[in-house]
Amino acid sequence: MATMDKVPVRLRVNGEEAAVMVAPYKTLLEVLREDLGLTGTKHGCELGECSTCAVLVDGKPYLSCLAMPLDLESREITTVEGLARGSQPHPLQVAFAELGAAQCGYCTPAMLLTARALLDHEPEPSRDAIKQALSGVLCRCTGYAKIFEAVELAASRTEHPVV
Amino acid sequence: MSEELSVVGQSLVKPDAYQKVSGQTRFADDLALPRMLFGRILRSSHPHARILSVDTGRARALPGVLAVLTGEDLPIKFGILPVSQDEEALASETVRYVGDPIAAVAAMDEWIADEALALIEVQYKALPQYMGIEEAIAGEGEPIHGQSNVHKAVALEFGDTEEAVQRADHVREDVVFFEGNTHLPMEQHAALAQFAQDGKLTLWTSSQTPHYVHRALGKVLELPMSRIRVIATPNGGGFGGKSDIFAHELVAAKLAMATGRPVKITLTREEVFYAHRGRHPVLMKVKTGFTREGVITAMQFQSFLDGGGYGSYGVASTYYTGALQALTYAIPRYRFEGVRLFTNKPPCGPKRGHGTPQPRFALETHFDKVAEELGLDPVALRLRNLPSANSRTVNWLRITSCGLRECIERVAAESRFLERRKAMPPGRGLGFAVSSYLTGAGTAIYWNDMPHSEVQLKVDRNGGVALLCGAIDIGQGSDHILAAIAAEVLGIRLDDIQLTTADTDLTPIDLGSYSSRVTFMAGNAAKAAAEKVRARLFEVAARTLQCDAEELVARDRQIFRRGRPRDTMPFSEAVRLAEAEGGVVSGSGSYTPPKLAGPYKGAGVGPSPAYSFSAAVVEVDVDVKTGEVRVPEVWVAHDIGRAINPVLVVGQVEGSVYMALGEALMEEQTFRLGLHRSPSLLDYKSPTALETPIMHTYLVETIDPEGPFGAKEAGQGPLLPVIPAVANAVYNAVGVRIDEVPITPEKVLKAMSDKSRRVGPKGVPAFTFPELVKADVPDEWKGR
Repeated sequence: MATMDKVPVRLRVNGEEAAVMVAPYKTLLEVLREDLGLTGTKHGCELGECSTCAVLVDGKPYLSCLAMPLDLESREITTVEGLARGSQPHPLQVAFAELGAAQCGYCTPAMLLTARALLDHEPEPSRDAIKQALSGVLCRCTGYAKIFEAVELAASRTEHPVV
Repeated sequence: MSEELSVVGQSLVKPDAYQKVSGQTRFADDLALPRMLFGRILRSSHPHARILSVDTGRARALPGVLAVLTGEDLPIKFGILPVSQDEEALASETVRYVGDPIAAVAAMDEWIADEALALIEVQYKALPQYMGIEEAIAGEGEPIHGQSNVHKAVALEFGDTEEAVQRADHVREDVVFFEGNTHLPMEQHAALAQFAQDGKLTLWTSSQTPHYVHRALGKVLELPMSRIRVIATPNGGGFGGKSDIFAHELVAAKLAMATGRPVKITLTREEVFYAHRGRHPVLMKVKTGFTREGVITAMQFQSFLDGGGYGSYGVASTYYTGALQALTYAIPRYRFEGVRLFTNKPPCGPKRGHGTPQPRFALETHFDKVAEELGLDPVALRLRNLPSANSRTVNWLRITSCGLRECIERVAAESRFLERRKAMPPGRGLGFAVSSYLTGAGTAIYWNDMPHSEVQLKVDRNGGVALLCGAIDIGQGSDHILAAIAAEVLGIRLDDIQLTTADTDLTPIDLGSYSSRVTFMAGNAAKAAAEKVRARLFEVAARTLQCDAEELVARDRQIFRRGRPRDTMPFSEAVRLAEAEGGVVSGSGSYTPPKLAGPYKGAGVGPSPAYSFSAAVVEVDVDVKTGEVRVPEVWVAHDIGRAINPVLVVGQVEGSVYMALGEALMEEQTFRLGLHRSPSLLDYKSPTALETPIMHTYLVETIDPEGPFGAKEAGQGPLLPVIPAVANAVYNAVGVRIDEVPITPEKVLKAMSDKSRRVGPKGVPAFTFPELVKADVPDEWKGR
């Protein structure tokens, strides 16, 4: 294992092409954090149990600790670093900051991305829909309530394109 | 506080919020240095064994391995408390729990390191295993440490409790058990060490207590503390779980010294479960005498703590199980006997509420039963035994502000507890409980007469203010508290303050983010520092504005004369004048708690400069077919003193409610054959978004006379009443007493089908406590 050759991987992350040489046994989580410097994606168990490592793949929440990068070439990957537009934070980020929905901040990237996937799909979700959508992401600090409120606040502020 | 406040009391966005929501916060494992190696630790697979040999030859020979360490490389023992220096970074002779560190490897990557660990051969000789309180007391065979498995035993009495119980109109005794559970921070512990060729060691670590880590590194590595720099990284959740000294911190440092390269160790989730230092399992017996009217005459309390393999904070934990009883209620005579046993499990330590949720559960369920027996409602019973503001408890705890009555009345009214509890639909119930907690431990964990918290301020000539403090933000918002207090005093904005925290090279001491101490202690230090800077600025401003400095007010980045706002100058102008006149404008402040310990041995645990108080009502919905308990709604009132930032305080209350519900209903850390039964996030059940109740939080502001702007704690106290309130609500719902946390569906069903209508321990084991130390009591309690 120690000398296993690296292989080329071509990923599309936050709208940018990234071509990197990585050890083939590395998960997407590890490649994002260690090879692409995107440490905003966190790990909580590396077993697919806590969703702390969630990113978006083609707009849907995806556990990066269970994903192999080679399987995701040509897919659109979004991490927390890709939420803002330039220095303009996403409405969810503003709402999380304003309402104290990020205490230690460790689950926050996964919460934000999971909420973003929900709002993209369902712009005005009910409280129950928010709970359901976020139920896989564990948070030990907030008791979740401020997170629900922040998602609702962001939804109320977002202007939705007419479909 | 005659001036209106402009920063304190506002629900402003905390200084680190945008870093957190953008993923830019650098937690310990996010750090990487050039040429960095990865460390891993080999841990014992035996709960209790002698180490016969450790063969590292094959591991050392593996390509990509740069260093291997064993116990002989780190022989100096350590421990968080001076009285319990019983741990080794790597065990040299004996392992005392599954997970006890034995050897460590630094390698090019974690895969090689893991492969190397698998090549290390350890030969063990099994020793007797003590897996619980009774086995540890029976203690047949070689004990875990020293001559017996008794780590600490205490017996204190304040007034003659036996006599008072004898003559009481009503006496009740209960035995209850609180199972252990763990903090489960979402961030696994991590440490990165760098050792420079000039002999300087730097350690970045996810720690709540960088100062204590600094001291331990100096001791174990035999380096002068001036050659060690500890930087605490923002903690991805702590809850007490990162407030000890951990083997991986010492090992990462030693590996960096051995290799001359940076070494990072990040624990796996499974290792975090075994590192533990969490809630002690505690078996308790409580006996209380009452008058016919429900006034307490005396209480006798016993606790048996299942401590795990090492001391950790255990001596303090033992005292804490008995320290706050007479604080929550006015108890005229009180006896406390407590014992902590060593067992062959991961060491227990402080988790949110440190040693007090267990007795809180015992007392509040006990009182619920007593109220029923006396024909009183649970609220009335509490109101008849309230502690008073500005008083002293029978065990010498000084109470300053106390809003317990207001908390009780608020939750009772808002939940309509008294009206609704007698007419709940089938399976539904309401439970009530109260609590109190410290606002910072009044004594440091090692004896010294120095301040507990210090802050330095340095004013930039453009009006920005650098604030330096050793406090570490673990998510509770301590950065905000420091900045808000300094900004308020200086009359500037929150974002005019630039924080540097928790860096032993740069920041003055703060003892750590534990015991709910930071707002009060670091807050007071920040206030003192800011007042010094303000005094200097007022001095120069007064000359220009031709008035007395006493007439000046700082607000909205202006310094002006009270009542004459036209006589004003910008804050930055005052800074410029002061700097031109006398150089750098800076100031420091510190906080030392008053000496509050009573005149008896063991009085050091419990005293605090102020106490918070809470009351809770919990509604439950019990499924009588499955025994499952759901919690739809919770009401909590908390005496916060003053909310420096209401949104952060409410966040602490809601987080406490959440954690309490997890402990009350599902979380448990149990073992089978020395192995953790559920060392993963899937198997260790914790509440998800779906279990979140509607939470009503009421902040009661009592403006504590010694708190910064009157503030007290919020991080731990609100957890305490929620657990027993759940148990009391279950009784209200289905008429069964679950005298054992967690209240699982299995236990509810068992109680419902059992004649006793109860699940819980039958008694406490035979144990001879030390002879009672009969302490003197304060004058106001003499003869009562």
